[in-house]
Amino acid sequence: MTASHAAPESRPPAGSAPLLEARSVSKYFGAVVAVEDVSLAVRAGQINCLLGDNGAGKSTLIKILSGVHQPDAGTLAVDGQPVRFTAPRDALDAGIATVYQDLSVMPLMSISRNFFLGNEPTTGFGPFRHFDAGRAAAVAREQMRNIGIDVRDTDQLVGTLSGGERQTLAIARAEYFGARVLILDEPTSALGVKEAAIVLRHAISARNRGLGVIFITHNVQHALPIGDTFTILTRGRSGGTYARGELDAAELHRLMGGGAELEELEADLEMLAHREARGEEVPAVPLGAEADGGMA
Amino acid sequence: MATTSTAGGDTAPATGSERLRRTSLLQRILARPASGALIIAVFVWIVFGLLGGATFLTLRGTLSYLDVAAQVGIVATAVALLMIAGEFDLSIGSLVGFAGIVIGILVTEAGLPIWAAILVSMILTTLLGVVNGIIVVRTGLPSFIVTLATLFLIRGLTQVMTAFITRITFISIDPALISADPIAGFFNWSLVVGSGGERGELKVSIFWWFLIAALGAWLLGRTRFGNWISGVGGSPQAARNLGVPVARVKISLFALTAFSASILATIQTMTFFSADVLRGRFIELDAITTAVIGGTLLTGGYGSVVGAAIGALALGMARIGIVFANINADWYYVAIGTLLLVAVVLNNWIRRRFAGLR
Repeated sequence: MTASHAAPESRPPAGSAPLLEARSVSKYFGAVVAVEDVSLAVRAGQINCLLGDNGAGKSTLIKILSGVHQPDAGTLAVDGQPVRFTAPRDALDAGIATVYQDLSVMPLMSISRNFFLGNEPTTGFGPFRHFDAGRAAAVAREQMRNIGIDVRDTDQLVGTLSGGERQTLAIARAEYFGARVLILDEPTSALGVKEAAIVLRHAISARNRGLGVIFITHNVQHALPIGDTFTILTRGRSGGTYARGELDAAELHRLMGGGAELEELEADLEMLAHREARGEEVPAVPLGAEADGGMA
Repeated sequence: MATTSTAGGDTAPATGSERLRRTSLLQRILARPASGALIIAVFVWIVFGLLGGATFLTLRGTLSYLDVAAQVGIVATAVALLMIAGEFDLSIGSLVGFAGIVIGILVTEAGLPIWAAILVSMILTTLLGVVNGIIVVRTGLPSFIVTLATLFLIRGLTQVMTAFITRITFISIDPALISADPIAGFFNWSLVVGSGGERGELKVSIFWWFLIAALGAWLLGRTRFGNWISGVGGSPQAARNLGVPVARVKISLFALTAFSASILATIQTMTFFSADVLRGRFIELDAITTAVIGGTLLTGGYGSVVGAAIGALALGMARIGIVFANINADWYYVAIGTLLLVAVVLNNWIRRRFAGLR
């Protein structure tokens, strides 16, 4: 593993021990190797991008880190101390919050109810103890404003928010409830360019506030500008961890296993362009065109 | 390029305020899940007010449809809560039969006082609800299938048990025992109000219905547990990830449904001075119908207890209204089927138009 580069002064100093660390973890489902001997660490004030193609084992690794799965081999460590998570609640209690691509908010519940789901503030006592809707609305409104979403009515259903706003709500919620490590599972993959930019900005500001962020993606364009370190997963195994500036986009692609295909496609397209320029007949559906969806 | 395709018209800018239209009070009322049921109930009231003539609109007419509505309404609250949590209970009807029979057998065969028989019956019935819940949670099977099976099992075993003990599937209870009991009055009290042809009977079932609906609405809207109910129905996985005890919420709601079935059974047993294995048939379908008319989604995560109560009202008005209007009672199911369809379409439209959901 490469040493992390020095953090700029504006950020809190990286602690001596990583906030969250996976040490040579493996997970098997029957004969299938989901992940094997993978290590990963995230320090305070850092974004570690976990990169891998579909099926590389990113989801399994995330589920291990967030307490959904238990590793078959290897250990997890929080602040350098080995830990065992038997349920997502254990990870939450250790300050590790996971924001899933589409599984983190309830579209049919209001903003303030979503914000406090599982952590509802209550008031009154005995049998009259009840959900403090006023406080929930006030806190949710303030927290949403902090992350740049001005909510006039916190009774508004989350289903009326855009995809990026839903993700930022989930991030704000995790931070409000004391997360020190944010695991963002493909937070941008279902979003448009502008929406993705909003989410990336929130990942950066969470880092600037001293959180450790694990950012899972298969989109190199989203990872490169914000990552401090990059961990590559290919077919369930680690492709190494690299510091910012060590690699460019092409090298990252190659390490993820997509590089070879991309080069092949480029070569195909170049050849077709040549033939067209020479006036030769070009097949109606050129090689690799399905990948673009064939749309105008 | 995958990223450009979704960047089109329907994505919002970062700030929410410019995306929010100003909403009027009427729009905000319509955005409530129960608004569709209210429209339906008013519509049914007007229709039968015209068709049913004077009787439907009198105090007597009103009290009689309130009693019919209460019978469904007492179980509809728990059914709506369970549906909001994403589950079904088809076994309620058979639980009503079971709970009544348990009271009957304990009083006539075991010689227990009425109050003790009611208590035991409520506990046993609630436990059956817990069993429903545990089977659903442990097996992960759809509750529709599990409770369909327990519907047959409970109804069948109640018949077998009753036939074995009493040789007859109908148990009469001595009215003297019931009128002498300290708590039976909570379940069969009634008051004649009005005078002359206007005289109607205000039954205690109506108070139970209002009380349970009020408690249910408070539970759903004003407590942590209520927030969990919506969350569990919205996405069990996400709720679990946020630390919500999903299994406990579901099992509690199955228990609550069974408990409300036992209240209805007790009211019927104390009012009719008898228990019958066949009591409560199809009440599960009535309750689901009222919950859906009330704006509760079959898929869970969204709904209203007040809506279910209003749905029960619409159902009661239709059932009694048809009698007062001198229409052949066979038309009742036609009316209910139509109401249900219209309500679902209306609720869908309202949800899209006023709650802003696509």
